[in-house]
Amino acid sequence: MSDGPLPVVSYLKMPEGGKPYLEGHRCDECGAVYLGERRHCSRCGARDSMTTIQLSNRGSLYSYSIVHRSFPGIDVPYISAIVDLEGGGTIKGNLIGIEADPEKISFSMPVEVIFDDALGRKDADGNSYLSYFFKPA
Amino acid sequence: MADAYIVGVDMIKFGRFPEKSVPQLGAEAALLALDDCGLSIQDMQALYCGNLNQASGMVGQRVLQEIGQTGIPVVNVSNACATGATAFREAWMSVKADVYDIVLAVGVEQMGKGLLGGGGGSKGISKEGLLGSGTMPSVFAEAGLEHTRNHGTTFEQFAKVSVKNHHHSTMNAKAMYQIETPLEVVMNAEMISYPNTKLMCSVNVDGSAAAVVASEQKVRELGLMDRAIKVRASVLTSDPWQERDLVMPDVNSCTRMASKAAYEMAGVGPEDLDLVELHDCFATAEILHYENLGLCEEGGAGRLIDDGDVELGGRIPVNVSGGLLSKGHPLGATGIANIYEVSTHLRGEAGRRQVEDAKIGLTHVIGLGSACGIHILEKAA
Repeated sequence: MSDGPLPVVSYLKMPEGGKPYLEGHRCDECGAVYLGERRHCSRCGARDSMTTIQLSNRGSLYSYSIVHRSFPGIDVPYISAIVDLEGGGTIKGNLIGIEADPEKISFSMPVEVIFDDALGRKDADGNSYLSYFFKPA
Repeated sequence: MADAYIVGVDMIKFGRFPEKSVPQLGAEAALLALDDCGLSIQDMQALYCGNLNQASGMVGQRVLQEIGQTGIPVVNVSNACATGATAFREAWMSVKADVYDIVLAVGVEQMGKGLLGGGGGSKGISKEGLLGSGTMPSVFAEAGLEHTRNHGTTFEQFAKVSVKNHHHSTMNAKAMYQIETPLEVVMNAEMISYPNTKLMCSVNVDGSAAAVVASEQKVRELGLMDRAIKVRASVLTSDPWQERDLVMPDVNSCTRMASKAAYEMAGVGPEDLDLVELHDCFATAEILHYENLGLCEEGGAGRLIDDGDVELGGRIPVNVSGGLLSKGHPLGATGIANIYEVSTHLRGEAGRRQVEDAKIGLTHVIGLGSACGIHILEKAA
C-alpha cells in the first residue's frame, strides 16, 4: 500500500511539496491540447511534436447532465460536468457546491478546479486516491 | 459501376428471448430475408454478419451451422451501434466491386437489461460518479444540453421526440412496445440523466434483421426487380478530431460528414427524402440529427418537433417504426432493421404506418467511439 493517496488519473500530478495540478500536452504544430501523455497529434498528424503543459485551474461550464440513476453504491443525484479550461483543454468531472437543479446551473458559468479525496473510494489494496472536482468560482 | 439492390429484407419482432442463442436469433432473420425473395442459403455467395457482444465468437459461421454450412466466405463485423449498417455496407461493397452477384447480410444482438457504458478501467477505483458519468444516458444528455446551450432547446421538446416515436410504434407489430406515452407521462417518468427520463432512453432488446443484396444483372436474371430496392448511397465515417472529443463523444461531426457524402453519392438532397430512420438511442440524440442530416436549418430542430413535421403525415416523417426508443435497440441488428423499415415503405407494404407514396428514404446509425453509417434507398424502376 502506498504511503499517501494516489492520483485518480495519470494526468493528475502531485509534485512533492507543491500543489496538485492537471497535466496536458500541446501540439507545437497546430496548438491542439490533450489530457495526459501523447506522442503524436490526432488533429494534424504531426509526429513527436508535443510539449508538456500545466492545465489551468479555472474554466467555464460547457455542458452537463444531472445523473439520477447510476450503478449501485454511487450517490445520486450528482452533476456530470464538461468544463473548458482557460488556455485550452476540456475535462469532465463532478460539479459540486451547487444544487443539482437545471434552474440553478447556467452554461458558461465560471468554475474552479479543486483537488480532494476521491469520495472515500479505495482500491483492492486499500489505497486512497486524490481526485479533482469543479466548484462555482 | 452497376447498381446494387436489396431483394430480400426482414427482421424478427424485437423482444427478450433469453432461451435462444445469438446464432439462433440471427438464423431466424436470415431465413425471413431469404423467404422474402424466394431464395435459399445455397444461393448466397458470402455472408456478412454483424454482432457486438460476441464479437470474437464467430457468430456468422454459427448462423450457417443453423441454416446451412455451404462453405461460403463469412466476415464477422463489429462497429459499436453501427455494426449492422457496417455489415450491410460490406455486403453492398462486395457486390459493387463485382466480386459476388448475391450475398447475405445479418445483424443480431442479445442484450441484457440496464445501463450501458460507465464501466471504467480495470485499474485503481471506479471513476463513475467521481469524474462525472460515462453512462450512455448521461453522455447523450450532455450532447443534448449542448444543443440547449446553442439553441435554447427545452426539456419538453426533447420529450416530444419520445411521445412521437412511441405513438408510431403502436402501428408496428414488430416493435418491442406498442404503447402511447403522452407528454406528461414521458416528462414525469423516472429521471435517469437530465434531461433524459426513462421513456427517453432506447429499449435494450434482443433482435435480428437481415438483407439479401444482389447485382443489377442478378436481380434481372432472378426476375426480382419488381420489389427490389436500389441502394443509392452507402457511406461510413469515423469521428474527425474535435476539441472536446476526449471527454465528450462527438456524434454530430461524423453524421454531418456522412450525410453530405451520402447526398452527393445519391445525387439527392434532404428535400427529396420521403422518410428517415435515424439513430434515436436517446430522445436528445434525435433532435441533434435533424440538423446533422439537413432535415431543417441550424437551430431549427426544436421547431421541427413542435410543428409536427417529423410525425407520420408530416413533411418528413422520422422513425415511423417507433425508433430505437420504442421498437428497441439490439445494437448489432439496428442498422439492418432500419434498412428493413425504409425498404418496407418504399415497397408500399408498411400497413397502418405507411408513409404515403414513399419513393426515397434514408437510414442513419451512430456507433459511439465513433462510427456513422448512412444509406439512401429508392424503390427500383
